Amino acid sequence: MTSPSTVSDTRRGDPATDPPAPGPGTARQRGRQPRPGRGGVLAIFLTPALVLFLLLVVAPILVASYASLYKWNGFGLPENFVGLDNYTRAFQDPTFRGDLWRGFVLVLLSLVVQLPAALALAMLLNQPLRGRAAYRLIFFAPYVLSEVTTAVLFDLVFSPNRGLGDAIATWLSADAGAVFADPDTVLYAVFLVVSWKYFGLYMMLFLAARQGIPKELSEAAVTDGATAWQAFRHVTLPLLGPTIRISVFLSVIGTIQLFDMVWVLTRGGPIHSSETMAVTMYEYGFRRFEVGYASAISIIMFLLSLVFALFYQRIVLRRDTAGAITNQGGQR
Amino acid sequence: MTGTVNRAQRTRSLVLHLVCVVVGALIVVPVWFGVLGGFKDNGQLSTNPLGWPDPWTPSNYTDILTSGVFWRQLGNSLLIAVSSTFIVVAAAAMAAFVFARYAFRGREFLVTLFAIGLMFPFAVAILPLFVLLRGMGLLDNPLGVILPQAAFGLPITIIILRQFFRTIPAEVEEAAVLDGCGSFGFFWRVLLPMARPALATVSVLAVVTSWNNFMLPLVVFTDQSWWTLPVGVQAFQGQYTAETARVLAYVVLSMVPALGFYAVAERQLIGGLTGSVKG
Repeated sequence: MTSPSTVSDTRRGDPATDPPAPGPGTARQRGRQPRPGRGGVLAIFLTPALVLFLLLVVAPILVASYASLYKWNGFGLPENFVGLDNYTRAFQDPTFRGDLWRGFVLVLLSLVVQLPAALALAMLLNQPLRGRAAYRLIFFAPYVLSEVTTAVLFDLVFSPNRGLGDAIATWLSADAGAVFADPDTVLYAVFLVVSWKYFGLYMMLFLAARQGIPKELSEAAVTDGATAWQAFRHVTLPLLGPTIRISVFLSVIGTIQLFDMVWVLTRGGPIHSSETMAVTMYEYGFRRFEVGYASAISIIMFLLSLVFALFYQRIVLRRDTAGAITNQGGQR
Repeated sequence: MTGTVNRAQRTRSLVLHLVCVVVGALIVVPVWFGVLGGFKDNGQLSTNPLGWPDPWTPSNYTDILTSGVFWRQLGNSLLIAVSSTFIVVAAAAMAAFVFARYAFRGREFLVTLFAIGLMFPFAVAILPLFVLLRGMGLLDNPLGVILPQAAFGLPITIIILRQFFRTIPAEVEEAAVLDGCGSFGFFWRVLLPMARPALATVSVLAVVTSWNNFMLPLVVFTDQSWWTLPVGVQAFQGQYTAETARVLAYVVLSMVPALGFYAVAERQLIGGLTGSVKG
């Protein structure tokens, strides 16, 4: 313990200062350390994570891609090789095609409703406002609740006869009906619950990014005669670009994998009108024991996420690592 | 002049408050409906879903709290969350240390592999994972949830910790080496203590994700005595479909630990989320 003061100083200072360049900086300090065999150290430190990850994350994906080529009930070894039949079946299955469409609708709704609303709220909470901390605390709270408790709560909130939604509708002398039992409304109702739980997360991300932008920038714009809206549109919004793009990414990936909420609220019904890919996969895999087909759906989900991620990384996020101005908040 | 400015400002702040209160109400009212609903009976819920209970019937809550099932599920959730968090943070810290401070062949490949792991949700891997766990005899065994939970938490934990470990200056390591620290000593006696805030952040994140996980325990535990709270809540709803008030009480009780934890660890959680996005 030679100099504890430097230690705590660097820790406190690090969010502001740039970290050393990743590549050369890491290699440099090795020269001074001859003692424990280098390979040995690497092996010891990497083994637990690698074993866990390869065995329980990577292997299942590989198994799934293998199983997806077979007609298999999940017991014994897969024997009935069917090639890509499970995949063509999925794309011909109206339910699975519906899953893709519903996923698209949910993403779209999230992009035009949830994220803009979260952004607007973040901008509000960035203003000096009494009780701001309390609002922030409340808006973010649903994020820590599990999707299951949220879903059960809202199932009851919207339940006909005893629910809150029903009472409010009666009060407004409108007819609420059972929103989760009506094929026309169920997807929007699910979206509502998803937004209730997650908009606080996006709001918090936007708020953090907003606070990372120096005040002087929009102040300068206003001094130069821009209206508040213009300052937001042309100064703040572009600087929030990286966070917005990450939020879009999270929202798409999250939608592809949506399961808990839908399973508890509707089991995908009525007549598949709220079913998602993950629900279809679960239905076939764990209820009808068509493990081969369900594996194909898993792999399609994985490929969709992966392709989207790679595409997004290349086309959209590249700006954030290459750009000069938009790189403000990043640490790379 | 100043008068109008003040008035404009006051209206502005009033509008802001109004918006916040409305949104806050949208968040709070459903939960409040649950809390109060738990104190009603079903008759009251149908005739009076919005108002105060009259009379207050605490039996829904007390029945659950004295039944033992709730406590066992709470205990299971706790056991699984704490052990998986411990495992994921320990394994990730070691790996992140190597990824952050050593240059070796294959490093970039491994880092990318873990990063792609972010794209592996349980929904994608659950089926073969189930087959695998069955093969290993880990069904109806808490390890069957703890280990996969830890494994799936590795990517985000490694990414956050690696970012943090990189910021610790090389001089600190050189000083430690001069003072006689080997790699293990530096990791254990210098790096980890310095990384305490980052470790707290990733731990909180891991606890929350494990606590909320539903699919994995749903699939692994057929034996009810191992059920975690999310599985228990869902089953309770299925069991008491007609008794809305009872289910509301169960939901509310299951929210209490999560919200309590949030109240205590809010700073770490938010720091982790906002930090990880920047990474």
